[in-house]
Amino acid sequence: MALAVGTFHCVHLPPRSRALAITSPLSRDQFDRGDSVVIPPAISLGCASISETFTKLKEQRKVAFIPYLTAGDPELLTTSAALRMLDACGSDVIELGVPHWNPVMDGPVIQRAFERALATGVDVDAIMAMLSEVVPELSCPITVLSYFHPVLEYGVSKFLAAMNEVGARGLIVPDLPLEEAEILRKEAKTKKIEMVFHTTPSTQKGRTREIAKASEGFLYLVKTRQSSPLNIGPPRQETDKPVAVGFGVSEPEHVRQLSAWGADGVIVGSALVQRLGEAVSPSEGLRAMEAHARFLMAALP
Amino acid sequence: MESAAVIRRSAIAAAVPAEGPSIKSSPFSRKTPSSVGFLRRHLDSRVSQPKPLAVCSALSMDTAATGALDAVGITLPRPDSFGRFGKFGGKYVPETLMHALSELEDAFRSLSKDANFQEELDGILKDYVGRETPLYFAERLSEHYKRPNGEGPLIYLKREDLNHTGAHKINNAIAQALLAKRLGKKRIIAETGAGQHGVATATVCARLGLECIIYMGAQDMERQSLNVFRMRLLGAEVRAVHSGTATLKDATSEAIRDWVTNVETTHYILGSVAGPHPYPMMVRDFHAVIGKETRKQAMEKWGGKPDVLVACVGGGSNAMGLFHEFVDDPHVRLIGVEAAGFGLDSGKHAATLTKGDVGVLHGAMSYLLQDDDGQIIEPHSISAGLDYPGVGPEHSFLKDIRRAEYYSITDHEALEAFKRLSQLEGIIPALETSHALAFLEVLCPTLADGARVVLNCSGRGDKDVQTAIKHLKI
Repeated sequence: MALAVGTFHCVHLPPRSRALAITSPLSRDQFDRGDSVVIPPAISLGCASISETFTKLKEQRKVAFIPYLTAGDPELLTTSAALRMLDACGSDVIELGVPHWNPVMDGPVIQRAFERALATGVDVDAIMAMLSEVVPELSCPITVLSYFHPVLEYGVSKFLAAMNEVGARGLIVPDLPLEEAEILRKEAKTKKIEMVFHTTPSTQKGRTREIAKASEGFLYLVKTRQSSPLNIGPPRQETDKPVAVGFGVSEPEHVRQLSAWGADGVIVGSALVQRLGEAVSPSEGLRAMEAHARFLMAALP
Repeated sequence: MESAAVIRRSAIAAAVPAEGPSIKSSPFSRKTPSSVGFLRRHLDSRVSQPKPLAVCSALSMDTAATGALDAVGITLPRPDSFGRFGKFGGKYVPETLMHALSELEDAFRSLSKDANFQEELDGILKDYVGRETPLYFAERLSEHYKRPNGEGPLIYLKREDLNHTGAHKINNAIAQALLAKRLGKKRIIAETGAGQHGVATATVCARLGLECIIYMGAQDMERQSLNVFRMRLLGAEVRAVHSGTATLKDATSEAIRDWVTNVETTHYILGSVAGPHPYPMMVRDFHAVIGKETRKQAMEKWGGKPDVLVACVGGGSNAMGLFHEFVDDPHVRLIGVEAAGFGLDSGKHAATLTKGDVGVLHGAMSYLLQDDDGQIIEPHSISAGLDYPGVGPEHSFLKDIRRAEYYSITDHEALEAFKRLSQLEGIIPALETSHALAFLEVLCPTLADGARVVLNCSGRGDKDVQTAIKHLKI
């Protein structure tokens, strides 16, 4: 087995990742099928909060690249390797999804990812355990994305405490609108976890303003199918906070367009999840995911 | 706004427990009237020991009921402006649906006051659906429950089975379809389990000329192929859902996903008092005609109100339709009957309010059947219409404040009741309704002489004869 470590071609390679070349013992066993695969270096650096990350990017006039992965798809070990890879590649924030049996907001790709992950028996405890090992090695902050039911089931305080413990910096609960989120917001604040809220092109102005006020880190603009071409103008006018756009972002053309329209960040989910989770082997999946991530990042200004 | 905010805060405080939710409260309070011991074997095992063979009047429930009413302040709006019934209900949906939900709520509220809309709806309910449905005195059934000394309750059946399509479902389907038309939506989607709601929706879409897409679990489609045919015959497209266990809960999730994607052109006709606000309120209000007619008919027939209302509970729509009119009448006892399937301890049942925990399903906080890992448990009942692992949030609320009582009946007991009503009254009830009918066996011995029971005969059983043939030896 050949493991080429530390050398890989990444267009956006910020100085922070050109450091040590240490393979994680966790990832070694996974990839011993005679493939040659690149394991990104494991670095131990603290990471900024999501707000701080965006502030820095604004100073540098950069657009954030925010990939999304489903935890446990195809299994947790691969997820941890993928997180390291995306971090090393230059992602600015990484979203990690907690699989749930009722993903009402997700399309077929992520539904399948959830099914695969749940079949491995992954649960919140396992995800937190994985994060406790990986997060110290990442330079970009992790945002956990979970539907409300798993959070409620685990226990709201317990969930937030676990996130705090492992160093996750942000939380998105897609089926928890502002009206239902009061307690969660209060508790998240005490644990210094930033809660990101969604808005959509069809959300009314006054409401977008309220959502933007409440949203921490950034305002997540969900690009619904009907709304193309997307006009970032209206949500942008309602807030000074950074606006990141997600859903259906899969090609460099989308990234270019969104950057041109003034998005502060682009969020890419299914395009990466599919390549990672539906590949013939985890190492193939990691390769394909990384290649596509780089491909998309190359389109950033 | 101030008081609403106060209610809101306390509602939220109650809604999000620090530890995982595990609220199992027995439907029985210590004040429950007793019953003949051996007939209680299928009721919740946490029931406290009944008083020995005392026959209590239904009216003795007053103290518990009124106490509950005062304590919780049932005079608060149900739901409040955030769609909550106590801590239950709400709108746990993605932001993408929030606009559609508030648009829907605004339309519903304004059309409720719109005389034209009401007239149009009333006209269709009368001439197309066949309302008003009779309140029928079940003479031989009442005779069956007479005690040796000649005393016993009087059983009345509210004949929702006589509606067009054979069940109460059409009340809600036609009203929502009309509302959708007013909103300018041309595309209707719905979920269905057994097919009853699907057939009702396909029916009303044919009547109003709307495009109709029904989501049905692939497993359910196999079990209910006749209903699938009916829906297609009525012009609807039936889409099989293969995800999860390919049953009702998955069909509902798929319908929600369709709505999230196509929200601007599409109205989602949810079939029960579940889902995000305003659905529980709206579906209840569209079925409330059942209770309103009952009040009027009771006054005409005996110059008073019913003493006890009994209805089966799946999602809870027919029960809320009957109960709603009387919730603020403390002297009227409300009883909901769920499906105990193979028995409450078998793990194969649909008794959500008895065995469930609080969680969030399909946009609402309510009781649901889940295992220790928080995964939904696949429910089972011989009656497909009661096969929902959740329950409407208002029922969860009524149970918690002890305004309504919830029990459960096994498949076997339901089949017995199915046969019993057929042979005593010449009415073949739906298997869903048979659960409510079966509960009369336990209830009637405890009721005072002359106590008037109104049971919601929510559907007719023609659709169930093939299932019954497999189980009944006639």
